[in-house]
Amino acid sequence: MQQLRGHLPAHFEYKKSEMQKVDKINNQDLLRKETVISLVKGIPFCQTLDIQVDYLGNEITTHLPFNQEFIGNPVIPALHGGVIGSFLEITAIIQLSWTSFLNSNENKGISEGGNNLIEDKNIMSDLPKTIDITIDYLHSGLPLESFARATVDRIGRRYASVSVITWQTDPNKPFAKASGHFLVSRS
Amino acid sequence: MTEDIPLATETVKRFFMDLPFSKFLGLNLDGLGGGRAKMSMPYQKKLIGDPKTGVIHGGVVTTLLDSCCGAAVMTAGSPKFPTATIDLRIDYMRPAKPEHLIVAEAKCYRITTAVVFVRATAQDGTKEIPIATATGAFTSPF
Repeated sequence: MQQLRGHLPAHFEYKKSEMQKVDKINNQDLLRKETVISLVKGIPFCQTLDIQVDYLGNEITTHLPFNQEFIGNPVIPALHGGVIGSFLEITAIIQLSWTSFLNSNENKGISEGGNNLIEDKNIMSDLPKTIDITIDYLHSGLPLESFARATVDRIGRRYASVSVITWQTDPNKPFAKASGHFLVSRS
Repeated sequence: MTEDIPLATETVKRFFMDLPFSKFLGLNLDGLGGGRAKMSMPYQKKLIGDPKTGVIHGGVVTTLLDSCCGAAVMTAGSPKFPTATIDLRIDYMRPAKPEHLIVAEAKCYRITTAVVFVRATAQDGTKEIPIATATGAFTSPF
């Protein structure tokens, strides 16, 4: 008991500064989420397709809700290849913007205090520009909601390589995938 | 490829023009036949991909090129089945000028009983260089 008393004072109280740090980290996380959502909200074509984002840590999953207007073959019936291609490209751009945003902010993450100023940087200021994209259509897309996830394979000072997959029921069975190159500007 | 593309089979034309997504984007089929197709798409604010510049999203150009290639494939012979895209590669040469009509032209350059190979370009009418080119492989409808 005597030993313990040496470490913990009898009338223990957290310092105000310590509690503020907790709040700050938590607020940073909310800001990060808002940043991704604002990116999607800011692109009219994402709104047109009604693309949604899910955010788990730094990992983003996009959703494309089903819409009658996305049908490209009513006989099968299947989603239009262009819708699928657009969805894959959008997902790549969102993930890439987010990755380069985190890098340029030198936001080393919540574990390191997250004391960098996310709110000072505008994620929309320099959207990546597609150089090329190759889409592989593996199966026809069913008239269902689709999900996609992108991986930034490489990001350099000017160029980035991104691959994307999209699935409907089983993430291990994508119905289309794409890989593309993008121009990025890093301030 | 210019305006000399003949307008062919009403069925193929209707198939593409009646597609919900074609209507959604406001696509127009301007020419079709002999393994070639010409399609256009008006500029719309809802298709913007970069709000800072007003340039339409690359995915929209992908759709236009995909449709145009598909239409060309269907007229490269007498189709027995519908076609489907196996793969499509798009190269973006430059941003499309806002407010400009985008015109795509596709041509089949190799037709087999298994695969049809197609190339296409998209122009916005401002420069010689296309805004994008596409290379695709489609399942053969023949």
